[in-house]
Amino acid sequence: MLKVIDSSGLISFQDLGRKGFQSFGVPVSGAMDWFAYQVANELVGNSKNVATLEIGLGKITLHALRDTTLTVTGAGFEIQNYVWTFPLWTSFYVRAGWHVQIKKTSGGNWAYLAIAGGFDVPQVLGSSSSYLRGGIGSAIQVGDILQSGKPSTELTKLAARDFPVQKYMTYSQTPTIDVIAGPQRERFDNTFFENEYILSKSFDRMGYRLEGKEIESNDKSELISEGMTMGSIQITNQGQPIVMMADSPTTGGYPKIANVIRADLPLLAQCEAGNSKIRFQEVSVEEAQEKYRVMMKGIENGK
Amino acid sequence: MKTSIKKINLRDVFLTTKPLGDSALLVELGNEIDPIINQCVHTLNALLQNTNGILETVPAYCTLLIHYDSLKFSFHQIKILVEEKMNQLNKMNQETRHRHEVKVRYGNESNSDIEIVASSKNISIDDVIRIHSEKEYRIYMMGFTPGFPYMGILDERLHMPRLQTPRTLVKAGSVAIAGSQTGIYPLDSPGGWHIIGWTPLKLFDPTSDTPFLFSPGDVVKFIPEE
Repeated sequence: MLKVIDSSGLISFQDLGRKGFQSFGVPVSGAMDWFAYQVANELVGNSKNVATLEIGLGKITLHALRDTTLTVTGAGFEIQNYVWTFPLWTSFYVRAGWHVQIKKTSGGNWAYLAIAGGFDVPQVLGSSSSYLRGGIGSAIQVGDILQSGKPSTELTKLAARDFPVQKYMTYSQTPTIDVIAGPQRERFDNTFFENEYILSKSFDRMGYRLEGKEIESNDKSELISEGMTMGSIQITNQGQPIVMMADSPTTGGYPKIANVIRADLPLLAQCEAGNSKIRFQEVSVEEAQEKYRVMMKGIENGK
Repeated sequence: MKTSIKKINLRDVFLTTKPLGDSALLVELGNEIDPIINQCVHTLNALLQNTNGILETVPAYCTLLIHYDSLKFSFHQIKILVEEKMNQLNKMNQETRHRHEVKVRYGNESNSDIEIVASSKNISIDDVIRIHSEKEYRIYMMGFTPGFPYMGILDERLHMPRLQTPRTLVKAGSVAIAGSQTGIYPLDSPGGWHIIGWTPLKLFDPTSDTPFLFSPGDVVKFIPEE
């Protein structure tokens, strides 16, 4: 059980996302960095789809009301307990009465706080993920008590575990992101793949707007709205890319030049506005699926 | 209440399948807003429900997006499965659809664009109401926000472009038009369509056992409220 002492930024409960209602226009939501999210639950012995606290672009200070075991994963954050600093991607034991502060520094946007036993968050349409624009879930407020479930084993056994994140993921502000050609790829030349793009300041859980060399279209005919996913890269009429993220609408009407592969979505999610320089390269569906398979196996085995 | 519509003519339909990322496949059944093509989309969608390996589907005007389990199935396997189901389309020629009556208070609300629609189309406000409410509309797809129905096809006399600058707030229940489409905003949200009326119906309630009033493929008839 944790009490919120102070908080800022975009903080919400997230799990694997809301599946099965996209045909009714309900976005999937879920963690922006699915890899960090899943490892966090694994580290403290939780099942796969338990809610974690996603801390975006800000900080949160928590007061432990009981002994517990926590972990924080992600990129660009530091964890402080008075004078000590805990590393990310490691679980640690916290005594009742302690304060823990999780704060953005640099090199990423999103951190995932998992608690042994998982946060006890009511489900809406089968998921604990907040989707604030759609009136699902609520923003975290100072004074909130965050309840948790029963840990899978003794708290001390769940503490001091770590995960070799660098084996699977190199978070970077100059990443090359793998993508698969999109359904409207043939409308565009190779500009997008031959130039660097910068993440603009206009970004949120719904989408990341990129800035860079204008991408010209050889077919300006209006697209009839069709389904899209997290990672879909739409090209606006002004020739600028928008990558759809966790809270993406289920359908969209701009042509899609490409789709970020699932394995590389976390790299893009952790790119910071203004200073990250991003390149994109095409890979095959099979390569992308294999990369994802390796990561899933790594999480499952905890190493 | 249920109605059925005419038989699918497969000759009107073509099919392409393309990857959308590494865990979804986009089926294109045409490239226009057409009731027959859309009926094929929904029929194919129905045929694919509860299929091993298919996690979720998103029907749209003339496409069906299929999310699949890439740890168990390859893109190619799903593609073949879809093509097999496509061959069964003509066997399912009767589509049953739910029909909903929606009472609308046309115009008069703050934010209503009904006068702008009437004057730019050189017709009276009563004409706008009559033309909009005399037809039954098909829900081609849902999207934009939870529970938002994209309906058509709107009479040509009411086709309006989107607003130059979208409103930052459109009230839940607003009935609006854009191009050949009409829709209802389920939530307070931004919006770029011309608003012509308002309904008290709640289209989306996440806490209810039946969170969505409509389903894609349903039929809607607007009833003007006096």
